[in-house]
Amino acid sequence: MEGRDKVKIDVKNLSFFYGGTQALKDITLPIYDRKVTAFIGPSGCGKSTLLRVLNRIYELYPNQRAEGEVRLDGEDILHSKQDTNLLRARVGMVFQKPTPFPMTIYDNIAFGIKLYERIPRSELDGRIEHALQRAALWGEVKDKLRESGLSLSGGQQQRLCIARTVATKPEVILLDEPASALDPISTAKIEELIDELVKDYTIAIVTHNMQQASRTSDYTAFMYLGELIEFGNTEKVFTAPTNKRTEQYITGRFG
Amino acid sequence: MKNMRLYRRRRRGNAVFLTLSVLAAGFGLLWLGLILTSLFYRGFSGLTPATFTEMTPPPGVEGGLLNAIVGSLIMNGLAVLAGTPLGLLAGTYLAEYGRYTRLAFVVRFVNDILLSAPSIVTGLFIYEIIVVKMQSFSAIAGAASLMVIVVPVVVRTTENMLLLVPNGLREAAAALGAPRSAIIRAVTWRAARAGIVTGVLLAIARISGETAPLLFTALNNQFWSTNLYQPMANLPVVIFQFAMSPYEGWHHLAWAGALLITVTVLGLSIIARILESSKRN
Repeated sequence: MEGRDKVKIDVKNLSFFYGGTQALKDITLPIYDRKVTAFIGPSGCGKSTLLRVLNRIYELYPNQRAEGEVRLDGEDILHSKQDTNLLRARVGMVFQKPTPFPMTIYDNIAFGIKLYERIPRSELDGRIEHALQRAALWGEVKDKLRESGLSLSGGQQQRLCIARTVATKPEVILLDEPASALDPISTAKIEELIDELVKDYTIAIVTHNMQQASRTSDYTAFMYLGELIEFGNTEKVFTAPTNKRTEQYITGRFG
Repeated sequence: MKNMRLYRRRRRGNAVFLTLSVLAAGFGLLWLGLILTSLFYRGFSGLTPATFTEMTPPPGVEGGLLNAIVGSLIMNGLAVLAGTPLGLLAGTYLAEYGRYTRLAFVVRFVNDILLSAPSIVTGLFIYEIIVVKMQSFSAIAGAASLMVIVVPVVVRTTENMLLLVPNGLREAAAALGAPRSAIIRAVTWRAARAGIVTGVLLAIARISGETAPLLFTALNNQFWSTNLYQPMANLPVVIFQFAMSPYEGWHHLAWAGALLITVTVLGLSIIARILESSKRN
C-alpha cells in the first residue's frame, strides 16, 4: 500500500522550538495524498505542534521556530519566500474548539471564499450549499442561513467550521482533535465526514481517541516526547506495532 | 474533634469585617445620594422650556442654555469624530499587529500616562499650540483638547476588548488564508464591537463634564455662534462662570446645566452597561 500512494507532504528532519524548549525532534515522515494520516500520542508529545507547522499557523506567535523541511508537492513551505496566506489557503485547518465567526452561517462560509475569489452571488450561493452538504450540515441549517453561526450546537458549529474549510477548496485538511469537545453522536458524524472527505482531500488528524484513529485513518504516526516513535499503515500499527512503547500506548498501559 | 473556639473566633471576625465593609460602602453611597438629590432638586426647579430655546442671558435677565448646549454638542461631536478613528486604529495596532513588540510596550505606557494626565495639562498644551498660534480662543481648539482626552480612552478600551477576543478565532481566520487586515476587519473587530462602542460612549461621558481643557481653549461665548474659529459657549464653562457669580438667575441655569450633563453621563453609562451585558449573553 505504501508503495502505491503518492506523497503529498514530505516532512524531513523537522525540529520545532517554543523559545528554548524543543517540542519536536528530528521528525521525518510522509503524508500521503488523499489518505487519512492520524497522529496519536500522550499529551505534550508534539502531535498538535507538528500539525501547526504544516500550515505555519505557529507564526502568529513570537518565539516559535521550525527547522528542517516540509515539502508540499515537492516545494519547501518552511522556506521564507513561501507566502503564508497562500499556503493556508491550500492547507486548511479545523481546531479542537469549534470557532464560528461572529456572523451569519452564510457569511461564515462566504468569508473564506471571498478571500481569494470574486464570484457572482448565484455561484456563491451554490458554493455555500455545496460546502454545507459536504459537511453534512445543509439539512439542518438550510432554512436559517441568515442566523448567527453562534446559535448552532457544538457539533453543528464544528461541522460549520469543516464546511468553511472545504468551501475554500484546500488540498490538505488538518484536523486538530476535531471531535474531542463533542458528544458521541456528533463525533460519529465527524468521523463519517472524514471518510467522505478523504476521497478528495489529504487529511491529517490529531486525536486522543485510539478507536477514532483506527477507525478513520489509513496511516498512523505514534509520537512520544517530541519524537516520532512509529509510523506506518494503521492496521499494522494497531495490530502489530514494532515498538514496545507504541504497543503499550495503544493498549492503554501508559499515556 | 474540631476546634470550636477557633471557629467561633473566625465567625466573630467575619461579622466585624462585614460590618466595616457595609459601613464604608454606605458612607460612600450617602455622599453620592446627597449630591444627586440636591442636583435633581435644584436642577429640575431651574429647568424650563426656555432652557432649551433661549441663549445665555446677561445678569438679571431670563434666559436659557441653548448656545451652550449646542456648543457642547458641536465640540464633543468633533472630538469624538476625530478621536475615535485614531484611538481605534492605535488600539488595534497594540492588540493585533504589535502585541509583542517593544514599540507597543512604549505606546501602551505613554497612553496610560495620557489616560491619567490631569485635563488641565491637556488644556494648557492645546492653548500653547493652537490658541497662541491662532491668537484667538476657538471651538477648534476646544474640540482638539477634548480629542486629546478621547484618544487614550478609546485606545485603552479597544485594546482591552480586542485582547478578550480568543486567539482561536484569529487562528481560525488565518487558517483559511486570511491576511491580518481581513482577520481584523471581518472577525476580531466584529467580535469586540459591543465593547469598543462601549469605550466610545464612556469617552463621551468622560469629556461631557470636562471644564479645565475648555477654559483655556474654547473659553465661552455669551451669544449664539457656530463659527469654529471663534470662542464657543459650552455647558461646563457656563456652569463654572454662572455658579461663581452672585446672580440668582445664573445660579438656576448653572444647576440646570449640571443636571443636563449628569443625566447625559448617566444615560451613556446605562447604555454602555446594557451593551456590555447583551454581549455577554
